[in-house]
Amino acid sequence: MTPKLTRRRFIKSVIFFGAAASSGAGFYLASAAAQRPAGGVERLVSLNVNGRTRRVDVMPQETLAHTLRYKLGLTGTKLGCNRGECGACTVTVDDVTNYACSTLTHSVKGRQVVTVEGLRAADGTLHAVQQAFIDELSPQCGFCTPGQIMSAVALLKTNPRPTREEARQALSGNLCRCGAYDHYLNGVMRASGQLS
Amino acid sequence: MPAYDNMPAMELYQPVQVEDALSLASRLADRGWLLGGGQDTYGWIKDRAKRPEALIDLNGIESMRGIRETSDGIEIGALATLTEISTNPLIRERYELLAKAASVVASPQIRNVGTIAGNVSQDVRCWYYRRGLDCYRAGGNLCYADTPEAQNREHALFNASRCVAVTPSDTGPALVALEAQMVISREGGQRVVAAEDFFVGPAINITRTTVMGPDEILTAVRIPAKWANADFFYEKVADRNVWDFALVSIAAAMRTEGGNIQESRLVCGAVECTPRRLRSVEQAIQGQPRNQATADMVAGMASEGAQPLTHNHFKMPLMDNLVQRALTA
Repeated sequence: MTPKLTRRRFIKSVIFFGAAASSGAGFYLASAAAQRPAGGVERLVSLNVNGRTRRVDVMPQETLAHTLRYKLGLTGTKLGCNRGECGACTVTVDDVTNYACSTLTHSVKGRQVVTVEGLRAADGTLHAVQQAFIDELSPQCGFCTPGQIMSAVALLKTNPRPTREEARQALSGNLCRCGAYDHYLNGVMRASGQLS
Repeated sequence: MPAYDNMPAMELYQPVQVEDALSLASRLADRGWLLGGGQDTYGWIKDRAKRPEALIDLNGIESMRGIRETSDGIEIGALATLTEISTNPLIRERYELLAKAASVVASPQIRNVGTIAGNVSQDVRCWYYRRGLDCYRAGGNLCYADTPEAQNREHALFNASRCVAVTPSDTGPALVALEAQMVISREGGQRVVAAEDFFVGPAINITRTTVMGPDEILTAVRIPAKWANADFFYEKVADRNVWDFALVSIAAAMRTEGGNIQESRLVCGAVECTPRRLRSVEQAIQGQPRNQATADMVAGMASEGAQPLTHNHFKMPLMDNLVQRALTA
């Protein structure tokens, strides 16, 4: 049987040459990395997200929101403005709220990142803030809700029984275009056991 | 306006020693960009209005963190966040003025990562400049904010020179009022500059807002004991309580003895490119009681000499009213 170009053979060869080309590029990049001055970051990093260690290939200029959404599949963290002006991307880093759109992923290495996906218990029980937001019908359209939840969770961690004014301050970095602010505040008061 | 979600490819350095950061800053010069909290960085880069080739992330440098008591006051590490400053017991007890100023910057999340060094060295907020237009400050030869049709409601009343942008810093006026000292490091050396001289206007340098060169790093801010526990007043007026920059802000430190003001420093933010000391008011109120009569005596003095643009006349009475509040609060 004479060798002829079959569909299968063609695909195999494409895969082989593709692999050869990309491994060559790998060698090239590795040598370029070796020439870089000390202090430049390695792209392959370990991140601690929601209590799990994840190995991720992260570009030097990559934002945490990008990594979470497009590399780790954690799309609960929303991108609204991508400029630190809306709060939809709020996550906690070592229990402190950060805008994930305005945080470099490389700056959270070795720190504990928690997103809205990481709040519920192993058995699926929602976090007190999540449950309270449902009970108080806090969200209207829901887009800003993950960010509002993260801000509320961080507040209750340091201040378990906040006044309404303290809650208002803590959630002031999260815009809600539906204007459901008071409903969110009701949710925070319920989550902290101050509303029966 | 093109807006992009991702930043273009760049190098990122994360030095852990200030010496390494200084040598990187010196080697990269204008191609590098110092990164503290990054809240005045990513917008520029995402919009492609500025294109540094490498970011130098300073957050790993332990020696630039923390708030310490010294023999003459306190030393605040350049990387201290605005949240740390506004909640620090020492600062709240002795320098409430600075704690208050830090507590009204932007939003809680921005204060959680934004640093004191970044707050004083952030770039101006003129949107024509921010959009990436080739104005004077960006190296061009015209000012888009100072034309008959320009939107310049937030711009300068005083000492504009080609550029009419104002200082956006909320902590800057407080630091000038407290006679803070800025510790600036460069490779093989260090200099200490008074906060008042740290900020520079466009007549001196139109492309930078501080005295720092591209190879220098602000490593600490020292607050002398001189104004500890003085009478303070701080107020920021902005369109929104969160995120927004000041339309006018005032930071006042006063020493009173026997009911009369012995010495005072009154500083306005957002009326010129640097925090503006109200020297004529300071002189006029010396020896006077802190009350309504004194406020009436200096009415209109703060805004004297203002050269308003098309849409920012309102800042003149705003300044005068803030002085009145500082003297009667």
